[in-house]
Amino acid sequence: MSIDKIIIIVLGAALVALIYWFFFGKKRTAVSAHGSIAITVNGGYTPEVITIPKGQKTVVTFKRTDPTACLEEVVMGDFGVKKYLPLNEEVSVELNPRETGEFTYNCAMNMYHGKIIVS
Amino acid sequence: MTKKTFSVKGMHCASCVLLIEQSLKEVKGVASATVNLANAKATVEYDAAQVTDEVLASAVKGAGYSAELGEEPQSEDKKKQEKLRELRELKIKVGISLVLGGLILWGSFPGLVSFAPAILKNGWVQLLLATPVQLWIGLIFYRAMWPALLRRNANMDTLVAIGTTVAYAYSVLTVVAPAFVEAAGFEPMPYFDVSTIIIGLILLGRYFEAKAKAGTGAAIEKLIGLQAKTARVVRNGKEIDIPLSDVVVGDKVRVRPGEKIPVDGTIVEGESAIDESMVTGESMPVDKQVGDQVVGATMNKTGTFTFTASRVGKDTMLAQIIRLVEEAQGSKAPIQRVADTVSSYFVPIVLMLAVATFVVWYVLGFPLFALLNMIAVLIIACPCAMGLATPTAIMVGTGKGAESGILIKNAESLELAGRIDVVVFDKTGTLTKGKAEVTDVVAASGYTEADVLALAASLEKGSEHSLAEAIVKEAETKHASLTQVTAFKAIPGHGVEGNVGGKNVAFGNRRLMERERVDISALEAQAVTLEEGGKTAMFLALDGKAAGIIAVADPLKENAYDGIDVLHQNGIATVMLTGDNARTAQAIAKMAGITEVRAEILPDQKEAEVRRLQKEGKRVAMVGDGINDAPALAAADVGIAMGTGTDVAIEAAKITLVNKDLRSVNASIELSKRTMQTIKQNLFWAFGYNALLVPVAMGILYPFTGTFINPIFASAAMALSSISVVANSLLLKRFRVM
Repeated sequence: MSIDKIIIIVLGAALVALIYWFFFGKKRTAVSAHGSIAITVNGGYTPEVITIPKGQKTVVTFKRTDPTACLEEVVMGDFGVKKYLPLNEEVSVELNPRETGEFTYNCAMNMYHGKIIVS
Repeated sequence: MTKKTFSVKGMHCASCVLLIEQSLKEVKGVASATVNLANAKATVEYDAAQVTDEVLASAVKGAGYSAELGEEPQSEDKKKQEKLRELRELKIKVGISLVLGGLILWGSFPGLVSFAPAILKNGWVQLLLATPVQLWIGLIFYRAMWPALLRRNANMDTLVAIGTTVAYAYSVLTVVAPAFVEAAGFEPMPYFDVSTIIIGLILLGRYFEAKAKAGTGAAIEKLIGLQAKTARVVRNGKEIDIPLSDVVVGDKVRVRPGEKIPVDGTIVEGESAIDESMVTGESMPVDKQVGDQVVGATMNKTGTFTFTASRVGKDTMLAQIIRLVEEAQGSKAPIQRVADTVSSYFVPIVLMLAVATFVVWYVLGFPLFALLNMIAVLIIACPCAMGLATPTAIMVGTGKGAESGILIKNAESLELAGRIDVVVFDKTGTLTKGKAEVTDVVAASGYTEADVLALAASLEKGSEHSLAEAIVKEAETKHASLTQVTAFKAIPGHGVEGNVGGKNVAFGNRRLMERERVDISALEAQAVTLEEGGKTAMFLALDGKAAGIIAVADPLKENAYDGIDVLHQNGIATVMLTGDNARTAQAIAKMAGITEVRAEILPDQKEAEVRRLQKEGKRVAMVGDGINDAPALAAADVGIAMGTGTDVAIEAAKITLVNKDLRSVNASIELSKRTMQTIKQNLFWAFGYNALLVPVAMGILYPFTGTFINPIFASAAMALSSISVVANSLLLKRFRVM
């Protein structure tokens, strides 16, 4: 096998490993919401994981600064919430979870994900 | 003259109203100004040539308050405007990229190239044509990719951006440094057609997808459009037209023939026939008179009437329906969780597969195929189709239901409703009209029919039971004189007791008579005859002795038989639950076509009945009125509430039938089945598409057929893939619910 092919194999394997680490290896720390929390919508949801208490009202305010069409709607399927997020405007959602657990939410096309941990 | 209504903040008393009105009226050009404390709004009529928003705002500010002028359009409006702007922009970009891409294609594609002018074959010219497409039109993909990458996320745009960038960058190299490319083992041929046409086709796909997606949300827009714009209210003895948002609870609203009823309320004067089909799906106009409820956004047909507004703004039935449908459309069907999991891993996996494709083909000695196949893999993968598969179908399905008066609370109910084995019906108010009438009065020897009716009515006057109303009404029509009752006691599931004129009176069913040890054998034969005719016989006892029977009948709803029949035809079993005695229950059930009856059930036993059926392994739907059978509705797999009045958000129910039509029970099940079928087709298509075409793009067919997928075809396939999913969901619109 020629040297260029070996280099390509090594580089390819390294790139696959890098992609794996980059996307699946990230640590997501949960941020606790005390009554209210602001989430920035830009290339995803920041903070991506939030913790809210069960049986208590929490206001989650989204602000989208990213013009990507995919992010223009946030869908919190477990809470029956689907909201249009106008660019650079705050949109608040009131949550009052009755069950504990982990609930994911996503953009309209299900490509960006966030998580709500109800404890 | 221009008329404007806007919110005023900071008002708390009537003097604030005067102050603001005065301040506004002092503005030159303002003809009239009225301020409403109840809804904190000011309405001003002015000459737009002289008065601007700023002038009005400063006048309000001068009075010490703040005005919110240029109020924000509704979120839906805003969304629509933004969408329209985006679509226009997209259309231009698609046009430019396809024209430029087409020219490059002409100058480079085998077969076409022989007819092309020499200038188009020049690599530098192609570079010039491709650059604006890549760096200006393609910016949309980079803009979406960067912020995502910064947060270690990847999406559809990441794939397109990387795919087209590779094609473009390689092509630039072949033009700028052909010798270098050749040295690396590649044939120095540019692929600008690939990068430009891919961008054009993907944006074209997005354009059609956005247009089609707008159609999936049409039901909500239609509901919002039903609202009346103004209301004619009587204030200070004068009839005035005011904007809908200014109507407050308690306003007397006047409605003339052919006008839309603005808000919910109760008729206080006049009568009319009202077409409620737009909100409830009920096709026949309903006759309404004094005391009847009217629903906002429905159409008055013949008469003129006045009603008192009881629900306005976000509390009206229409607003509740809109909210319910919106919530349902945002909810997640359990079936979607699979798609959720796959899509969260999808894009990174495609990226890894693309790298692997390049490595394998390069090592096999086909560097150019390695490059083109890698681009094809990146471009053909379509995570969008998976993301759109479930929500678009749910949006169309729930919207379709709402149009026919079937409100489905969430996607989960939609999924469950299609798998129901047994439908349990509550009798009173669900199968029957819930408006009982006295049909027979039987007196035991020593009493007159008038005595029996008067005594029973005296007792029932204090009761809240649905049959009580019928007895009191009958007594009033017969002018029976009612007597004061002391020591009144209602015994749930039995009847009522009390002391009338020094005598102990008991009125209720057989169970009550047994409990009070009253001998009813003398009346038994007559009671049985009445019950076999589907009437409810209630016994009256005076000081422990049987005094008579009052028979009450609650007629079956017109569509009950058809509603049950169609369920049976579809292989769904039916059960009727009632507190009535077995004979009456059997008679009613027979009329409705139901064979399985559970009679003499106490209200709190309904839930147990539902659970019993569930224990038998059946999936149970419970149909009730949502008021006294809430626990049973909640216990059922799918609780279906028949709409009563203007309250549609019945907590315990998963489906509310505002059309009050029993045939809708089957229609809901059918709609659910059909929606689920669409979702499954969509998911199958979306998964199947990727599972099949990604390997083909990787070049898996080459050893067998010698074919590759050209990246341009990959982009066409990918654009078609997401459009076809949305189009399939839109096909649901053609489903006939009833």
